[in-house]
Amino acid sequence: MSDPSRSTSRCESPGWFGGILRNRLVQAGGFILLLLVLAAVTAPLWVRAGLLRDPLQQFPAGLDEDGMPLRAGGDFLAGTDNLGRDVFSRVVFGSRVSLTVGVSAMLIATLIGVVIGIVAGFRGGKLDLLLMRYTEMNMTLPAILLAVAFAGVMDNRVLHLHPSALPWHWLDVELKRGMISLFLIIGLVCWPGMVRVIRAQVLSVKEREFIMASRALGASDARLIFGHILPNILPTIIVMAVMLTASTIMLEAGLGYLGIGVPAPAPTWGSMITDGQPYFITAPHLVIVPGAAIVLTVLAFNLLGQGLQEVLDPKRKG
Amino acid sequence: MLLRLGNRLFWSVVTLLGTAVLTFFLVNAVPGDVARVIAGPKASAEVIKAIHTKFHLDEPIWKRLGYHLNNLAHGDLGQSYVTEQPVAEAILTRLPATAALSALAIILWMLLAVPLGVLTAKYSGSWFDRLVLVLATLSLSLPAFWLARMFQYCLSYRLGWFPVAGFRGFSHLLLPAGTLALLFVGYYARLIHSNVTEVLNSPYIRAARAKGAPETVVLFRHGLRNAMIPVVTILGMDVAGLLGGVMFVENVFALPGIGTLAVQSVFNLDVPVIMGTVMFSAVIVVAANLVVDVLYRWIDPRIKAAH
Repeated sequence: MSDPSRSTSRCESPGWFGGILRNRLVQAGGFILLLLVLAAVTAPLWVRAGLLRDPLQQFPAGLDEDGMPLRAGGDFLAGTDNLGRDVFSRVVFGSRVSLTVGVSAMLIATLIGVVIGIVAGFRGGKLDLLLMRYTEMNMTLPAILLAVAFAGVMDNRVLHLHPSALPWHWLDVELKRGMISLFLIIGLVCWPGMVRVIRAQVLSVKEREFIMASRALGASDARLIFGHILPNILPTIIVMAVMLTASTIMLEAGLGYLGIGVPAPAPTWGSMITDGQPYFITAPHLVIVPGAAIVLTVLAFNLLGQGLQEVLDPKRKG
Repeated sequence: MLLRLGNRLFWSVVTLLGTAVLTFFLVNAVPGDVARVIAGPKASAEVIKAIHTKFHLDEPIWKRLGYHLNNLAHGDLGQSYVTEQPVAEAILTRLPATAALSALAIILWMLLAVPLGVLTAKYSGSWFDRLVLVLATLSLSLPAFWLARMFQYCLSYRLGWFPVAGFRGFSHLLLPAGTLALLFVGYYARLIHSNVTEVLNSPYIRAARAKGAPETVVLFRHGLRNAMIPVVTILGMDVAGLLGGVMFVENVFALPGIGTLAVQSVFNLDVPVIMGTVMFSAVIVVAANLVVDVLYRWIDPRIKAAH
């Protein structure tokens, strides 16, 4: 998977950015992603211009005489769902939820993963042991089940962050189902994989000569971490973060499928599949179309991640 | 070696204990009345009070944690809110289906991933290698619940090659296991690929070639055997991920397994069952890692020599 002729380009030639753009996998993933982001951002404008139907509106013309959903093709590009809503429009609007939740969750998980990974790797000793055991503990649980457990307790409960003696109610957090709690949940269960990789990287960078030289010159820990270690592991972080986004989007779809994602009537890909399942035999497009959207999005992030790894981080594989 | 095993065992117990505490606080530290969930919104004050006493809900949280851990130590995972069946019993009766499904899935994807990984390593950089890479990435990008539905529709309902759903024998496991295998084969093919590539560059492979060993012997006996060591580790850690996939696939094919139980409990918000399945998967993952640690010594004699 790694091409040795490319592996040296990062350090020696300034053309590494060109290297990224020349990679076929990056091109493919980036192209799909660009289209998706463009569609997600501009979707409301298309609706206002009358070129895209409202994803929430139930069209009387969207159901046949038996009240069943319309097949793909014809007036409705991807058919309609059981309530006569435009499936294509719902899929386009679903990308807004998926991408927002996926990227926000990725940022949270990356932040947690990088902080724990660097602290564990840099400090070492007892703290490292403790943090890694905690990480392992989190790894023993299937992410989806853990997310479900989180979602179960987040249902409409108010968390008082202020001391009970003080009436600072602006600190209350209402844990209700929606985008914010969803990306919090996903972010909180997706970090362990990140920690292992970051820690391993920090451990190897820490032993290099320039770190020792810098330490001998009296550099502080903060300077070592932010000035030397972080820039050196940045390519790994970027690659991991892109690949992590694929997982967070997949998890968002899975939670939506289980009915604990962003609540109805908001269009999400996972819940569209759940809602379409009873009609699968007569209207397979209700499952096929949103599923294809998930595959395409996750594939885009995975291709981009693979490609970036080949260019930026050719030594680490897996 | 015994010392090392003891050390592993100790940390396994600590990990499980930590998981138990973690799941306990997940449910209990956040405000909200469990009794209300059990009895419903219209329950009278007496009923609520009775439930409070029954589940020790009035006592301080550290005491309840003690009860919880004590119960767990006795294998008591609590009772379902919905069916009132003991959770441990519910899980154990569903274990055979899940175990058979997972085992078959692992066998299927390993049978596919090993030749793919070795061949792409041998012909690294060729169009075949690139094609497998793209297909592997695609396999990583398929949602389990969607793929299961699609296969069920196309292969079972339309073409009639497999039973549509249910569990009445081996043939009912084929399509679900095949679905799971397809979801994991890409990752393992790439993993084996990169490990074999690394091993093929090592001196003892050159030595094997120099002594005139046939290429298949070099690839499969010397190359693959050493490349499989990290794969076994990942496999041990991946049990959690596999259980996540099993959950959706079982649900779609209506297999009476732990996954179906988990999905049902999610739909019913049956907290003890959700927690029970989490705890169960933790036990399985920890046990799998222990087994892998022991297997190591058998696969790689160098590790035995090092201790």
